[in-house]
Amino acid sequence: MTTDPGLPLQVSGLRKSYPAGRTPVVAVDDLSFSLRPGGALGIVGESGSGKTTTARMLVGLERPDQGEILVQGTPLAARTRGRAARLARAKAVQMVFQDPYLSLDSRLSIGATVDGVLRLHGSLSPSDRAARVRELLAQVGLGDREAAALPRRLSGGQRQRAAIARALAVEPTVLVLDEAVSALDVSVQAQVLNLLSDIRRDTGIGLVFVSHDLAVVRYVCDEALVMYRGRTVEHQPVADLLASPRHPYTRLLLASVPRLGWNPDAIAGQRRDLAATDTPAA
Amino acid sequence: MSSSTSLLGRPLGTLRRLGGGPLTRVGVLVLAVFVLAALFAPWLAPQDPTYGELGEGFAGPGPDHWLGTDGGGHDTFSALVEGTRTSLVGPLAVVLFSTVAGIAVGLFTAWRGGWVDTVVGRVLDIVFAFPALLLAILAVALFGKGLSAPVLAMAVAYLPYTARLVRSLTAQEKVRPYIAAYRVQGHAAAFVALRRLLPGIVPTVLAQSTVNFGYALLDLAALSFLGLGVQPPTPDWGAMINQGQTAVLQGQPLSAIVPAVAVVLVVVAFNVVGEHLGDRLAGRES
Repeated sequence: MTTDPGLPLQVSGLRKSYPAGRTPVVAVDDLSFSLRPGGALGIVGESGSGKTTTARMLVGLERPDQGEILVQGTPLAARTRGRAARLARAKAVQMVFQDPYLSLDSRLSIGATVDGVLRLHGSLSPSDRAARVRELLAQVGLGDREAAALPRRLSGGQRQRAAIARALAVEPTVLVLDEAVSALDVSVQAQVLNLLSDIRRDTGIGLVFVSHDLAVVRYVCDEALVMYRGRTVEHQPVADLLASPRHPYTRLLLASVPRLGWNPDAIAGQRRDLAATDTPAA
Repeated sequence: MSSSTSLLGRPLGTLRRLGGGPLTRVGVLVLAVFVLAALFAPWLAPQDPTYGELGEGFAGPGPDHWLGTDGGGHDTFSALVEGTRTSLVGPLAVVLFSTVAGIAVGLFTAWRGGWVDTVVGRVLDIVFAFPALLLAILAVALFGKGLSAPVLAMAVAYLPYTARLVRSLTAQEKVRPYIAAYRVQGHAAAFVALRRLLPGIVPTVLAQSTVNFGYALLDLAALSFLGLGVQPPTPDWGAMINQGQTAVLQGQPLSAIVPAVAVVLVVVAFNVVGEHLGDRLAGRES
């Protein structure tokens, strides 16, 4: 792979396996992709497809067995030593977690949470930090009332907005969203997705959107990568993927969305056939 | 505004905020009375408990001796009040040491995980298997009678209670996404463990330590009763029961009953309050 400092994110040959009995389970196998500046990539798959493991490797919560992650041409250290390395790692990739009920510290107010990130990463004076906290929260549509509140006083949508503000406070090159709207109501999902589109347009941040939901990915991303059993089965612009899916698994995913004339039994049958062939390669 | 209402109003308000049934409130009051007695013992005790007049042995309760005297003519009420100090200081030392050391051991091992956690966990299990009193008697055999050797031995014996609790709470908490979020933000592991994870589990640990206090007091009183702990003439409840037991056979049970009741009251009070704190925290969790 040629390293290109112009690209916010380049991933090549990423592999991760977990010990499980005699043969280790390969969660992610030979995953490669890159993100163009200001781009948004969707990583789609079901539970167990390896997409969450991928997200966790991108932010350093899991160490890849093989492969490389480059952010603006610089390889990310698998393990950080010292404060400077830790902060640099954090500045490269940030993450918004699936469940906003669990990913925020229940003992700190939203404002204090964002302030803690600024204190760690910057050298702003307390008054400048307070102004920046307001600015960041305003960017995600939260006001002073929410800033003073503990997470449990807020709705799911408000919490996820706070989690997004917390990640943006680091000013990362890439933002990974791991099923970031799955825990939210459909109407709230739309608001948060709009917010993410706005943020992408305004800041030029690179987005990696991990989701099981193709509809959500279509809304935010311009490219999508479909994972099945740890492998990439398809990688296309979102419009093409939806219009003419090449891999049977992608067709199955599209068919799995509940709608009029939907036949869960037939889909379950196709799913069994696909699992029986056991050839995930496209 | 009179100063007396503000002086009294604050602790009473705190007691009300603590919640709980009448039993819990009585428990808190009992503990408050004994703590105050320990703090102001020299002013509260009407007589020197080490001074005895043989002529006044086994005096009944009266204006001179509120709770009577023992066989040696020592004033039982004075001994009870003075004894509060040694009886509470011992368990306090045990609980302070075992709590602080238990938090350190439990937090470190659970956070590190891996073989360190496994090895330390097994060692804690082994210490856990020894009754605290046995370790205390062993310490007395090695280092002699008195308060310090058994207190140290019991602090070690009580350490696994706290360490195991902290270990399981930490293991539970460290896999939560908010901890992962702190790591992703670039915070140091030590900061996350000590400043973000620990404050959340400390209340639960303190509830356990409150219960431990009662048990430690009981164990130390038992040790003094056996004549291995606090030595006469230093006033101590366990030692008082020991001294009074011969008198029970002579039909003079009061000087043994008074300290025994004090032990029971304080141990039950600590248990009630500790359990209540634990329940309250459990209720808040869910």
